[in-house]
Amino acid sequence: MGNEEAVFYSRVLTELTLSFHIIYATIGVGVPLMIMIAQWVGIKKNDEHYILLARRWARGFIITVAVGVVTGTAIGLQLSLLWPNFMELAGNVIALPLFLETFAFFFEAIFLGIYLYTWDRFENQKKHLLLLIPVAVGASFSAVFITMVNAFMNAPRGFDISNGELININPLLAMFNPAMPTKVAHVVVTAYMTAAFVLAAIAAFRLLKGSNHVYHKKALYLTMKIGLVFAIAAAIVGDFSGKYLAEYQPEKLAAAEWHFETEENAPLIMYGVLDDGEVKYAIKIPFGLSFLAHSSFTAEVVGLDQFPEDEVPPLYIHYLFDLMVTIGVGMIALAGIYWIGMKRRWKIIHAKWFRWLIVLGGPLSIIAIEAGWWLAEVGRQPWVLRGLMRTEDAATTSGQVDLMLILFALLYLILGVGSVVILTRMFRKNPVEQEIEDRETEKGGDVL
Amino acid sequence: MTLEIIGITVLWTFLFGYILIGAIDFGAGFFNAYSRITAHEHTLTKIIQRYLSPVWEVTNVFLVFFFVGIIGFFPKTAFYYGTTLLVPVSIGIVLLAIRGSYYAFETYGARGHKGYSFMYGLAGILIPASLSIVLTISEGGFISMVDGNPVLDYWMLFTSPLTWAVVVLSIAATLYISATFLTWYANKARDPEATDLLRKYALVWSLPTAITAGGIIFELRRHNPAHYVNIQDFWPMFLISALMFIGTVWLLWKRQKYGWAFILLIGQFIFAFYGYGASHYPYLLYPYLTIYDSFTNPAMAISLIVAFILGLGLLIPSIVLLMRLFLFDKDYVRGKGDYHA
Ligand code: HDD
Ligand code: HEM
Ligand code: HEM
Repeated sequence: MGNEEAVFYSRVLTELTLSFHIIYATIGVGVPLMIMIAQWVGIKKNDEHYILLARRWARGFIITVAVGVVTGTAIGLQLSLLWPNFMELAGNVIALPLFLETFAFFFEAIFLGIYLYTWDRFENQKKHLLLLIPVAVGASFSAVFITMVNAFMNAPRGFDISNGELININPLLAMFNPAMPTKVAHVVVTAYMTAAFVLAAIAAFRLLKGSNHVYHKKALYLTMKIGLVFAIAAAIVGDFSGKYLAEYQPEKLAAAEWHFETEENAPLIMYGVLDDGEVKYAIKIPFGLSFLAHSSFTAEVVGLDQFPEDEVPPLYIHYLFDLMVTIGVGMIALAGIYWIGMKRRWKIIHAKWFRWLIVLGGPLSIIAIEAGWWLAEVGRQPWVLRGLMRTEDAATTSGQVDLMLILFALLYLILGVGSVVILTRMFRKNPVEQEIEDRETEKGGDVL
Repeated sequence: MTLEIIGITVLWTFLFGYILIGAIDFGAGFFNAYSRITAHEHTLTKIIQRYLSPVWEVTNVFLVFFFVGIIGFFPKTAFYYGTTLLVPVSIGIVLLAIRGSYYAFETYGARGHKGYSFMYGLAGILIPASLSIVLTISEGGFISMVDGNPVLDYWMLFTSPLTWAVVVLSIAATLYISATFLTWYANKARDPEATDLLRKYALVWSLPTAITAGGIIFELRRHNPAHYVNIQDFWPMFLISALMFIGTVWLLWKRQKYGWAFILLIGQFIFAFYGYGASHYPYLLYPYLTIYDSFTNPAMAISLIVAFILGLGLLIPSIVLLMRLFLFDKDYVRGKGDYHA
């Protein structure tokens, strides 16, 4: 296997592992917060339904955590196995947040174990809820720290290179690079949003499948409200991400927006297809791009003409950008209509088709996460460290990457199928009506 | 103490932590599967699950800490080990993934599913074998430089007696550590039947552990004479280790003080592990890489050490809480309360 092949397969394997991990990681970041909110509401309102909601979410969460942990371990090791040259440099400059991430995991893992095994062990429910805070904080901070590493890849700072040697290394400057604020905020907020809509999808699905229990209605209302808040936040932070790109990585923005020539009063191109370098069937919003990039309708936006051809990212990231933004705006609309509809007692929000849209919102949010990451990562190409190290120079020279790709593809298939099978079986065998009944008899019937 | 030594000591300690609690974890999974096949199920499963369930994720973090830390403190290891270990470590990852996820699937989703427990039992016992190969490779002789890139010679690796001695030791030690710990735990849970069975397993696996450990030192004389000479400088540590080993076996044999038996076992492995580590000094990979030429810059080293100290301030109280609730809580250990979500 020549090294070109090693580079190619290393890329595919990295893409595969990350795309798989991110599904479970996103749930891992978002769901603890949802459990916390539900349990808190339950304690406040003294409503057993919300407590049960928290409890059942927690049970399902264990399964997704397990897969998140093992695939995370895989990507952590694979970074060194597949990109040894990159990690050697990264180890010197950006190891601090990676190291901090392990503490976040530690903290999360310890308290998750305690939380799961102390249901009803304390007289005071609030004590039990307190144990969940470190879980949620740990999960969110692991996302914060790993995203800092990724931000560094987009805007490497905190060191100088002289004669091929790294000098003046400043780990804090590397951590707090210009890409960090928007990236971290966007990743964390979209994880909360996605977790809320995935849980909403489950509730809507149960309602569609004939269960008319108030438990599901409460779950749906709660998660849609949370989802709406975070979806709006995601769009606002997404807008800041665009402004960050315009300033620090204009080639990524220009490729995502098919903005070929540097100009003032730049229009925003939405949708469309690229045919021999010509944009067709697109919607053009006059002055849109200038506004998105610089908050001014007339500002100049750098186009792809400013970059050497071999430094222009693949142009298909435009589709990914559109997909992500469309889903984001769509989810705001859907959750917004639902929320207003609940206040005003509109009928449509109880209609079957509307509930199916909510069900669809769960998978769509995950697709938006995937599209967002692919946009961010492919848009950084050909660099693994922007401006410093090309992806092809970072890869391993090992000859067995193709075999490992097959091995891992099989593994993810087994894990993916396994987790879905187990989750469905877990909740089928113990439907919520049953559990509510069981708890009533247990407590003498005066609880609900 | 130089920063290099602080760095490697911290990492070596976490590796030791992983090996110790990982061994308990993997061995327990194996005994669990084994007891299902041989119909000792009722005796063992409960004991094992009660200990394992709340802590399995914590075990994994020790490993993550080690490999993230080594890239942080010694970035050059990414180049040498990253390039050469693709296959063995990938196999290790797959086993870890099967083991971790199927453990969770079986425990929380499909209680009592035989196939799942068999899968994670078997995967668990192969993990020490596949990861211990890294230690063998670090002895040198299996990696050569071709066009400036390190290349691993698989044929040589798999035909070397050293490799197989290390593999057997890792499996035997895993089962020995695990059985000894669980003997104590079962005794604490007042379950005489399980205690007896586990005590028997512990005794059975003690001898292979001792024999292979000796065999490895013997093999090193041929494979890496320099290291062999170094090891002899540390003979008192290995002597203490051997005495502690005899102490553990004696107590197990006499059915006395299982707690002390386990503490002596920890001591045995501490002395052997740090003795081995110290004699390996200063090499991370014979003869290419020492802790000095692979070390990170001082700014990063200091910030990692500061982060480590702050992190410990957070972790130690949390771990104490975990142990108080699940390891030293009499009611929990005896299964009086089931508070699982
Ligand atoms: C539910 C998921 C989701 C939704 C609805 C959105 N995003 Fe997003 N987006 C992500 C999930 C995501 C992400 C997965 O979190 C990314 C990938 C890497 C990153 O930093 O965040 C991302 C990246 C990302 C980037 C690239 C950042 C970079 O490379 O530095 C931009 C410019 C935007 N987003 C902008 C938006 C806008 C204007 C949205 C309007 C609604 C939007 N995103 C919705
Ligand atoms: C978890 C969400 C992520 C996803 C889904 C993802 C996806 C991708 C994709 C699709 C590429 C390929 C670009 C191309 O080859 O054209 C890529 C590249 C890369 N990403 Fe990410 N990424 C994620 C996060 C991260 C983070 C947090 C890091 C680092 C800490 C990282 C490190 C890399 C590296 C080293 C490459 C270069 C290798 C390559 O091109 O495949 N990624 N990623
Ligand atoms: C190159 C990128 C990444 C690496 C190296 C990585 C590494 C890891 C590792 C080693 C674990 C297992 C830790 C344990 O043993 O507990 C893990 C799990 C996890 N990762 Fe990733 N990760 C990456 C990308 C991401 C991203 C982008 C996010 C968030 C958006 C994320 C969030 C999580 C979370 C929350 C967990 C805990 C498991 C769970 O709760 O589901 N990771 N990751």
